[in-house]
Amino acid sequence: MSEPILTLTGVHADIDQYHILHGIELQVPRGELTVLLGRNGAGKSTTLRTIMGLTKVPRGSVTFNGKDITSWSTSRIARAGIAFVPENMGIFGQLTVRENLVLAGTHGPLDQARLDWLFDLFPPLKKFWDRPAGNLSGGQKQMLAIARAMVEPRDLLLVDEPTKGLAPAIIDDLATAFEELKAREVSILLVEQNFSFSRRLGQTVAVMNDGQVVHSGTMAELAQDSALQQDLLGLGLGAHQ
Amino acid sequence: MSQANPSVGQWALWRDRLLKLQSDKPHLVLLGLMLFLAFLAMDPATWFVLTISGMAMGTMLFLMASGMTLTFGLMSVLNLAHGAFISLGAFVGAVMLTGALGVYTVSPSLGWNLLAILPALFAAMAVAGVVGWLFEVIVIKPVYGDHLKQILVTVGGSIVLIQLIEVTWGANEIPVPRPGALRGAFVIEDWVPLIGGLVMEKFRMVALILGLTVYGLMLWVIDRTRLGILVRAGVENREMVEIQGYRIGLLFLGVFIAGSALAGLGGAMWGMYREIITAHMGEELMISVIVIIILGGLGSIRGCFYGALLVGLINLYIGYIEPRLAAVATVGLMVGVLMWRPQGLIPVIKV
Repeated sequence: MSEPILTLTGVHADIDQYHILHGIELQVPRGELTVLLGRNGAGKSTTLRTIMGLTKVPRGSVTFNGKDITSWSTSRIARAGIAFVPENMGIFGQLTVRENLVLAGTHGPLDQARLDWLFDLFPPLKKFWDRPAGNLSGGQKQMLAIARAMVEPRDLLLVDEPTKGLAPAIIDDLATAFEELKAREVSILLVEQNFSFSRRLGQTVAVMNDGQVVHSGTMAELAQDSALQQDLLGLGLGAHQ
Repeated sequence: MSQANPSVGQWALWRDRLLKLQSDKPHLVLLGLMLFLAFLAMDPATWFVLTISGMAMGTMLFLMASGMTLTFGLMSVLNLAHGAFISLGAFVGAVMLTGALGVYTVSPSLGWNLLAILPALFAAMAVAGVVGWLFEVIVIKPVYGDHLKQILVTVGGSIVLIQLIEVTWGANEIPVPRPGALRGAFVIEDWVPLIGGLVMEKFRMVALILGLTVYGLMLWVIDRTRLGILVRAGVENREMVEIQGYRIGLLFLGVFIAGSALAGLGGAMWGMYREIITAHMGEELMISVIVIIILGGLGSIRGCFYGALLVGLINLYIGYIEPRLAAVATVGLMVGVLMWRPQGLIPVIKV
């Protein structure tokens, strides 16, 4: 196996007076989709924010593409090639869909071929091209958020719970989009609560509990072992199907 | 049963339209209402003169207020030293006009006058911009994210800047001569047949044209350029702008410099308009500036423009109708608008 694209070693993080991450050990393999699972409050979102430099790291280190990015500013981390879709999507509601995408293209004008590819994946974006993004539905906003992270090639994509609050049909569309990305060998770290969605997409998996990674391995292994699922995720039979 | 009685249906339709208008375009409704009420209260010639003058005053106030609303919107920085930049611009402008460019301003030729005014305004902008740059780096940067400290530090900074102006140019009022061709007024006799003539101060026309030009330019930058998209995005969600790889600190510094330069421009214009300046003029204008940015909705350029027009107009209308109430008119306007729309006229929706 080649060198992982992202490695977290003993990462601690605090939010205000609360100690959230207790020494995270996590590796994201290059060109694969890694799912980060865990209960609410396990520290999954904080892990993503920490990678992005939005939460300070008092101890431990984050290595991306062989470089130690632990103390880098958020904007520098982004320019190094990490795109982040936060849980609230971070859409600029007063900007049009076009303006949202233009801003995401930091290397100048947008590439038309890539834009057409995005339109194929997410047709509503073309339809609402010049409308304020704030008027989009929840699913369309999520599409825009992901399109924005893909509008230029990035080395690593961090996505926080893209399926949250979306209808099953739209979740299907998103899954298709992620499969397209996997086919292009984009490295992805996906935080999810939806286990069937994760099982469909994930190649590797890490499970978090109480600010630590308590299990990591392949998705195939976890998908077959229902006792392990029960143990790690508290998934009862038939839940989250 | 609106079909049964068409007049009731019509009435309901109009009422709905009005309700929609007041929620969608409150700035236009308020502006229209103010113009209309003033029109009823005075004769047309006076109304016309006061309206143009009020708009001229409004556009100058807009220049001063726009920088402050953007710095607040983008970084939620409360810069109470903004007034000092207004004074600074006024002094630099005045010194240029009476000193280096004095020869051209005395000339009665409009061409030479404008040729003198423009460099004076540019100088005011440049000096205010450079001082703004230093001010941001030295005073504002250490207190990002803490309003209480911002208030303390910027009020302190304001006092220092004003004292520096007094040290440099003296504590006395300084008269600012208007350029030759811009003194006096246009007189149009029989403007409206049977009603009367019209007297319009020339300088106000210049101020109005310049103010509208700058507003147009700002709208173009904000609406059409990548920089403008970035500023609007930053006002809405600062963190997300950083997540996309932009250095928000640099963007904010740029906006702060531009805002200070605009305050300087507004101050220089105001100095020529009032024909007399003091180091404290900026502080006095801050009341209006703060009312304007609250009226318009914090962080909103369009809101700031309409807020400034409303403040300029109500000042002159009330000053004419009942001068004793002029002082409370501005604040009264703000109280009224906030009771109606607590978020301001054209609010910026934040995440």
